[in-house]
Amino acid sequence: MTSATVPKPVPATKKPFTPRQSIALVFCCTLLGAAAQVLMKSGAETVAHPGVVGVLLGLFTNLTLLVGYCLYGLSALLLILALRDGELSLLYPVIALTYVWVTVLSVALFHETINIFKLTGITTIMIGVMVLGRSGMK
Amino acid sequence: MTTPWRSIALVLAASFIGSFGAVFLKSGSERLRNGFWNLFNWKLATGVLLFVLSSLFFVEGIREGELSVLYPMVSLGYIWTLLWSRLFFGEPFTRGKFLGLALIVLGVFFVGLGSR
Repeated sequence: MTSATVPKPVPATKKPFTPRQSIALVFCCTLLGAAAQVLMKSGAETVAHPGVVGVLLGLFTNLTLLVGYCLYGLSALLLILALRDGELSLLYPVIALTYVWVTVLSVALFHETINIFKLTGITTIMIGVMVLGRSGMK
Repeated sequence: MTTPWRSIALVLAASFIGSFGAVFLKSGSERLRNGFWNLFNWKLATGVLLFVLSSLFFVEGIREGELSVLYPMVSLGYIWTLLWSRLFFGEPFTRGKFLGLALIVLGVFFVGLGSR
């Protein structure tokens, strides 16, 4: 299917990202994704009508919800950029960091309780991501 | 409280569908080498669509049942993705990947345990 499109003579000015840069991109992607989830949650709680239709309407009237969705799109964009040059098997699990940020933000902003399980969980995830990251930068 | 098989099946399906979303994103991202505006291509669109589909299965799946059972099953998606990465993109299995992934799955399991 690629044979149908003649590759444009674009000079290779775009340098590929190094593995370190790709991992950094996914890291930013998880921060944005967590912020997006928090905004979407607090936005969804204030939509006038419940359900899918309410959320759709809310996108036009509810700024928090709209910004949340935009951040989500932006985080997806960063992931795609990172995947362009990095290994999928390495970068994709790093997204689990989102759990860590969401847990931290939920405690800080929504005063949700943290318990020993969540604490153990997010610590283990962080160690796992570090192990992945180190193996990927070699 | 027990977790209905229906919920388990739905969340498993969500993780499976999502892992293919990742494959399409990776595959579609190659086009970005020829310029940023190649962002709109059918592979990336398919990837995004699969993620949306996966999230629908997930939301329906976690309506009933225990999060401590269902949450970690989502991270199974990372394991499928490890398999597809080797199969479709020839990415090597390494000890670091296995160890890192095992820790992440374990971590998500604990987060699920704490989210009852």
